[in-house]
Amino acid sequence: MIRISIRLFATLQRYLRPPAPGEGTALEVPEGTTVDGLLRTLGVPLEQVKIVMVNGIHAEMEYVLREADRVGVFPPVAGG
Amino acid sequence: MEKLLRVNMSDLEVRSEELPDEYSLLGGRAMTSTIVAAEVPPTAHALSERNKLVFAPGILTGTTAPSSGRLSVGAKSPLTGTIKESNAGGISAQKLASLGIRALVVEGQPAEKGFYVLVVSAEGAKLEPAGALAGLGCYELNTRLWEKYGTGAGIMCIGPAGEAGMPNAGVSTNDRENHPGRYAGRGGLGAVMGSKGLKAIVLVCDKTFEAPVADKESFKEAQKLLSKAILEHPVTAQALPAFGTAVLINILNEAGGLPTNNFSSGRFDDAAKTGGEAMAELCKTRGGKGKMGHGCHPGCIIRCSNIIPDEKGEVACAPLEYESSWALGANCGIGVLDTIARLNYLCNDVGLDTIETGVTIGVLMEAGLLPFGDGDGAIALLDKEVRNATPLGRIVGAGAEVTGRVFGVVRVPTVKGQGMPAYDPRAVKGIGVTYATSTMGADHTAGYSVTSNILKVGGFVDPLKAEGQVDLARNLQIATAFVDASGLCLFTAFPLLDIDYALPAVADMYAARLGRPYTVADAIEAGKEVLRKERKFNEAAGFTKAHDRLPDFMKYEKLAPHDVVFDVTDEELDSVYNF
Ligand code: SF4
Repeated sequence: MIRISIRLFATLQRYLRPPAPGEGTALEVPEGTTVDGLLRTLGVPLEQVKIVMVNGIHAEMEYVLREADRVGVFPPVAGG
Repeated sequence: MEKLLRVNMSDLEVRSEELPDEYSLLGGRAMTSTIVAAEVPPTAHALSERNKLVFAPGILTGTTAPSSGRLSVGAKSPLTGTIKESNAGGISAQKLASLGIRALVVEGQPAEKGFYVLVVSAEGAKLEPAGALAGLGCYELNTRLWEKYGTGAGIMCIGPAGEAGMPNAGVSTNDRENHPGRYAGRGGLGAVMGSKGLKAIVLVCDKTFEAPVADKESFKEAQKLLSKAILEHPVTAQALPAFGTAVLINILNEAGGLPTNNFSSGRFDDAAKTGGEAMAELCKTRGGKGKMGHGCHPGCIIRCSNIIPDEKGEVACAPLEYESSWALGANCGIGVLDTIARLNYLCNDVGLDTIETGVTIGVLMEAGLLPFGDGDGAIALLDKEVRNATPLGRIVGAGAEVTGRVFGVVRVPTVKGQGMPAYDPRAVKGIGVTYATSTMGADHTAGYSVTSNILKVGGFVDPLKAEGQVDLARNLQIATAFVDASGLCLFTAFPLLDIDYALPAVADMYAARLGRPYTVADAIEAGKEVLRKERKFNEAAGFTKAHDRLPDFMKYEKLAPHDVVFDVTDEELDSVYNF
């Protein structure tokens, strides 16, 4: 198992209430887990996911998670 | 017949002119920049009688086009020394357009210092002495003006900062609840208005959608398409109404591009407490007058705006936008939403641009005048020092660059004298190209590369690499110059970039409104033409390519968490204006 932290934002918050606003939820996942696999496990509807960042860098759904990764997931958002 | 209203403050007379033929296709920024470039000497002092202040609704403003009620305010800027267009929402632009006024030009200067109120209605326009209204903050001012001229009047006004000629003073416009929070904030246009002796412009007009449209049937068809695109795009249909623009706080923080403690880090520990999600939560738990999904003018179908409630459910501030929440929050190390809302309220009341104010306070914190995170100290600065124009208040009111110089600070995030908005260009390099090369100084709206760099709207260009950023920033600056002329809210750009039938629909609306052919190619050319005019003015004012640069520290000081510097080369920056 590896340990990661994950944050879901905006409308996706409802699939994983954070311990406190903005704080990541620590999770243990089997080695080899992809972002896609992780989100499926959490029950996040993938069609609502627009942006995934791992350690602050845009990542694809196929990205294979590593120990201590920080994952942020967003639906379509914008502003300015 | 559409017209141009000239308000001469030297002889206190107002003249109405027929709109000249060569101006017939110009609206918004295209109109303000054309008039300023044609009539203001580029080397004029911005606060002298030779400067002119121009208010112009967009071409589509005052029609039934969705989210089209935007106002452009232009002049030579006392903050940057460049030409300036500052864009605002609120209810005034639709009234101007409905009165048939394509531009309102304020020129000259009264021989004796004193303040006036300009009252405009269908019957005509007149100047009245401001009397006891002079000196008032914008909240009290707006209340009194509605009492005197009627509920619902459009108000464009300045606070004490503008009266005192501070280069960071903005022009306030009101929303439907008479909050003075819809600002043409950037570039010190409030000081220009103050230098003209104009405290407020009151638009007494209950019409909203009465701008002339030559071909109403075709207009309706095209308008339906744009509405469809806006309501189809997930950003404009869902994210913006639910969480407002401050939904960006968390994503920029994740991306490591949220400037924190005066641009010394790209991540803020308390970011989430200041974001759109936290605001939505606050509105839900406190209730009262709190509201997300508020429209800044009638006919906006995006409604990104909000009303932030205080503990009692009364209005703490409206709106609280992303840039403001960041400037007065993360950039000052302040992670308490109530404090940020209070600071934003004070900016609105005293008459300051929130971005420049937050950047300036950040520089002062860096200088050690007050510690990062000191909300009470920041509140006192605005409420006591700036409001009363004390010497320290005047320094703050002069903006970040002057403040940095006065206090000997090296890390001063400005371009052409204007403070940078809420994206660190080292981690969002496309916006760095816009900051460096925009005709406006550091301005995110001039070419919002954040779309492709961070939000994956209009494609994806890696924000951490130099490749592709120049083309991105160039194309967006051209497109934006057109959107700013149209009166459409810039947030329509998200569907315009992603949905192929949206931009042709806008061109069709132009054609129907103006009664002449208009194509997407015309729109692009119009955008280029605006930029060329602005650039030419700036060159004549003394700006060279050496001014199209980011501050030096960004080339060698690495930004956490990605440890990046700004590495788009000078040669690349110089190729932005190759059209
Ligand atoms: S989207 Fe927001 S800023 Fe734009 S017009 Fe609507 S309420 Fe105003």
